[in-house]
Amino acid sequence: MKPQEMVDRILKADRRAAARLMTMVEDQSELASEIMKDIFACTGRSMLIGVTGAGGSGKSSLIEHLIGRFRKDDKKVGVVAVDPSSPFSGGALLGDRIRFQKYSLDDGVFIRSMGSRGYMGGLARASSDVVRIMEAMGNDVVIIETLGAGQDEVDIIHIAQTCLLVLTPGMGDDIQAIKAGIMEIADLIVLNKADLEGANSCIQSLESAIHYNLKKDKDVWVPRVVPTIASSMQTAECEGIEDLYQNIMEHQAFLHKTRRIDTVHAKRIEQELGLIFKDEVEKTVFAGLKGTGKKREYIESIIKGNNNPYSVVDEVLSTFLRTEKLE
Amino acid sequence: MTTKKTIRVLIAKPGLDGHDRGAKVVARALSDAGMEVIYLGLHQTPEMIVNTAADEDVDAIGLSVLSGAHNTIFPRVISLMKQKEVDDVLLFGGGTIPEKDHPFLKAEGVDRIFMPGTDTKEIVFYLQSALNDSTPSVIEGTASKS
Repeated sequence: MKPQEMVDRILKADRRAAARLMTMVEDQSELASEIMKDIFACTGRSMLIGVTGAGGSGKSSLIEHLIGRFRKDDKKVGVVAVDPSSPFSGGALLGDRIRFQKYSLDDGVFIRSMGSRGYMGGLARASSDVVRIMEAMGNDVVIIETLGAGQDEVDIIHIAQTCLLVLTPGMGDDIQAIKAGIMEIADLIVLNKADLEGANSCIQSLESAIHYNLKKDKDVWVPRVVPTIASSMQTAECEGIEDLYQNIMEHQAFLHKTRRIDTVHAKRIEQELGLIFKDEVEKTVFAGLKGTGKKREYIESIIKGNNNPYSVVDEVLSTFLRTEKLE
Repeated sequence: MTTKKTIRVLIAKPGLDGHDRGAKVVARALSDAGMEVIYLGLHQTPEMIVNTAADEDVDAIGLSVLSGAHNTIFPRVISLMKQKEVDDVLLFGGGTIPEKDHPFLKAEGVDRIFMPGTDTKEIVFYLQSALNDSTPSVIEGTASKS
């Protein structure tokens, strides 16, 4: 497949071509960034929903029902599901698809599993590229599922327009609910497994936490708590899914009405730029050092006390990067 | 910075067959060997398996069959792989598949069949040597070796 053919096929929603480009961006192939230049131009129009929360809270099951709800409106749906890679072997067991099986034969649904491959923040390095490819394929909605996240994996806000935080009853007292980090990023807090004991008091403490955290701006979005009971039984209905869907649509309407959506787009581009810069600088520097034996020399000079890591980085960077500012 | 290709493998159990211990053990062994394993679990139809393999762009598909339906399932999977442009993917199998059926399955296009009692290291080694250097590049004019 030639690069141009790949782009043409992806823009015509060809799944195989899209799947192959996703592998290339994951493996950081040189050619991928060339192809992404053409893909990028055809993105930016999809609704992007992030789903985060602890492992076992029901993110995948909930997403299965959300896919179904969007399919009722005849929307095309893409799902990016991230699971953790092992820090020891680099391998991963990607099991989110087990919950989405109902849609494995649906032409309007494209699901891709990703290992985090050592990237911090709850997503994979290539997640934002994979989302872009799904947008270029013409998916109306792209749902991004983070790996099981605890308190600090908040990168999802840089991609998603509407962030869902999935919690379950019995995960801690009201102090947990007012801590910084993941609690602050939710546009909607989904209290899943709301048939479990303690659900009502949990809803109360979450709602009061929302009001502690609230900035007193005009036109501010007040996060909402939506109880759901997402069963993994494939035939079962999910209680609360319609309510969740309506709340998502209201948040989207809010973003567009207040033009907050522009800020969200800008933040996303800023994040992507940062990532690409970081990678390219790293690549340039390592490629320049490779085979010169300099790295070993630097390390030895630091051990001997003749040098320090900060001076080494200064020296290397001034060799590889020009320091003048852009006009 | 090296850009090493990560091996992606789909592991599934086709058809009406509830014995998934073997598939889970193999999935875990492959992931421990540094591969990304997309685990589909039980009751998969050939269509579900091949669609998933296409979207996930895996390098290999491993099917565990203990139901005796291997002579029906594998040929069906192979014909779908050809239809869906997934025929550059390695197909291997495992389970209670009598040796007298192996020549037929291999002729159909099953690359390798692992019998009960196989050391997981053997499966890891098989995939690494079959895939590491021979993965054909999908983009013309570029080598896949890093």
